[in-house]
Amino acid sequence: MLKIKNIEVVYDDVILVLRGMSIEAKKGSITVLLGSNGAGKSTTLKAISGLLKSEEGKITDGDILFENRSLKNRNPEEIVSAGIFQVMEGRRIFGTLTTEENLKVAGYCRKYGKKILKNKIEKIYEYFPHLKERREIRAGYLSGGEQQMLAIGRALISEPKMILLDEPSLGLAPLLVKELFEIIERINRIDKITILLVEQNADIALSIGNYGYIMENGKVVLEGSCAKLRENEDVKEFYLGISAEGKKSFKNVKHYRRRKRWL
Amino acid sequence: MNYFIQLIVSGIVLGSIYALIALGFVLIYKATRVLNFAQGELLMAGAYIAFALTVQLHIPFWSAFFIAMLLCALLGLIIEILILKPLIGEPIISIVMITIGLSIVLKAIVEMIWGTETRVYPAIFSTQPIALGAISVSKSSLFSLVAAITLFIIFHLFFKFSSTGIAMRAVADDQQAAQSMGINIKKIFAISWMVAALVAGIGGILIGNMNGINVSLGMFGLKVFPAVILGGLDSIPGAIIGGITIGVLESLSGGYLDPLVGGGVKMVAPFAILLVILLIKPYGLFGTEEIEKV
Repeated sequence: MLKIKNIEVVYDDVILVLRGMSIEAKKGSITVLLGSNGAGKSTTLKAISGLLKSEEGKITDGDILFENRSLKNRNPEEIVSAGIFQVMEGRRIFGTLTTEENLKVAGYCRKYGKKILKNKIEKIYEYFPHLKERREIRAGYLSGGEQQMLAIGRALISEPKMILLDEPSLGLAPLLVKELFEIIERINRIDKITILLVEQNADIALSIGNYGYIMENGKVVLEGSCAKLRENEDVKEFYLGISAEGKKSFKNVKHYRRRKRWL
Repeated sequence: MNYFIQLIVSGIVLGSIYALIALGFVLIYKATRVLNFAQGELLMAGAYIAFALTVQLHIPFWSAFFIAMLLCALLGLIIEILILKPLIGEPIISIVMITIGLSIVLKAIVEMIWGTETRVYPAIFSTQPIALGAISVSKSSLFSLVAAITLFIIFHLFFKFSSTGIAMRAVADDQQAAQSMGINIKKIFAISWMVAALVAGIGGILIGNMNGINVSLGMFGLKVFPAVILGGLDSIPGAIIGGITIGVLESLSGGYLDPLVGGGVKMVAPFAILLVILLIKPYGLFGTEEIEKV
């Protein structure tokens, strides 16, 4: 469904962030993108959604194909109407608008009629009953979990074919993270929305994903089905915190790390 | 006592026009974070467009009023496309400087076409004031007040209920997130400028209707500044309350203090009050407190 072919992204005309980055997200799947800080995960998502432009970034080489149409360097609004919706890192809800207004804004680009929009919003409230109780409250006063639900709700309003999720678990309590990932799975399974997931919480991401990529220094260094990645010694060591001799204790801070084989 | 009430009433009328102009500032600032120093000149342009339509083209006042509104919106759009669109992404300070340049250009154009002497609209209201109990109000003042209040209600409803209004607030809140929702922010910027030029134009026509017009109308932009800052740069109710407060203060200080010192207090009083209020409330009376989650 979505194919990224060897893209190169440059910020400010000089800073090369992605070099020869390629991934593919199959229709109806959950694709996971892992990597350390600064590897270029968020940049990859922004390259897809067109938000790079607002950060002085540009795709200088390669191509992004969505349903066989090129999305390279398009405006964000064109990409949203093509059916890709990004849920940005840190939720980015509109704090001064009410919960319901946040949902309405998300339907703006689709130009729904009043009645259809209302039905769509009701559907979101069915998904997230919490939000319904708080519909008239300024979204800035919602809890972190509720804000994340709202961010996902906004994505669902425009009925995208694909959602890009950038670190949805950021700053949430472990129990909420579990709930959140159940919701993500449900969206994927029931609403048939393809998902590209960027996560720091590798364990839970690999548990719901179908296929995964590991990024380092602006390109993919390892890929495979999520089940396979979970068994990989390097992934275990560096992303899941499990080494050959079992779970690692943080007491021994000064451990000798195994060399990454993929380097 | 009657004198006091009379001053208050004329202050409210003047203030409601200030509030209209302040609304223009707020609209542009909210959506684009640009402080538009040409707002006063947009008002002047509106007043002269209406003048050209009524006096020079002999169009009846009411039709002229609406045509002028449309032309003002068009002017706003042209300014946005020609001058501001190429500057998207540049530092805010450069854009603000450009608006100062724009104000000078607009003023020069108006002077070139219509000269500098004061012009008047044909009288549409009788000069006979309406007596409201002990005080009397001129019909054109009353018209201004009603027009301003109607506009505020329309804008309130627009921002609260229309999808474009909500989208404009979303853009003001977080531009990048708004883009990620598929909102075309360039379109929103253009709409903000159109609406701001439109309200400025209406303000200009209302003032022209009461006092006649000349090129110094542009000074209203500066005079409204205290009103905008007072209310908080990004608050529409703030613009209204700020505008009316400044209008009333100006009227009162003009009525009571000017005779004592021989005039001029009227011009300074709003700025003096502004200083005091900013010392106490730096974000203005109604500026948004940032809601932050830690």
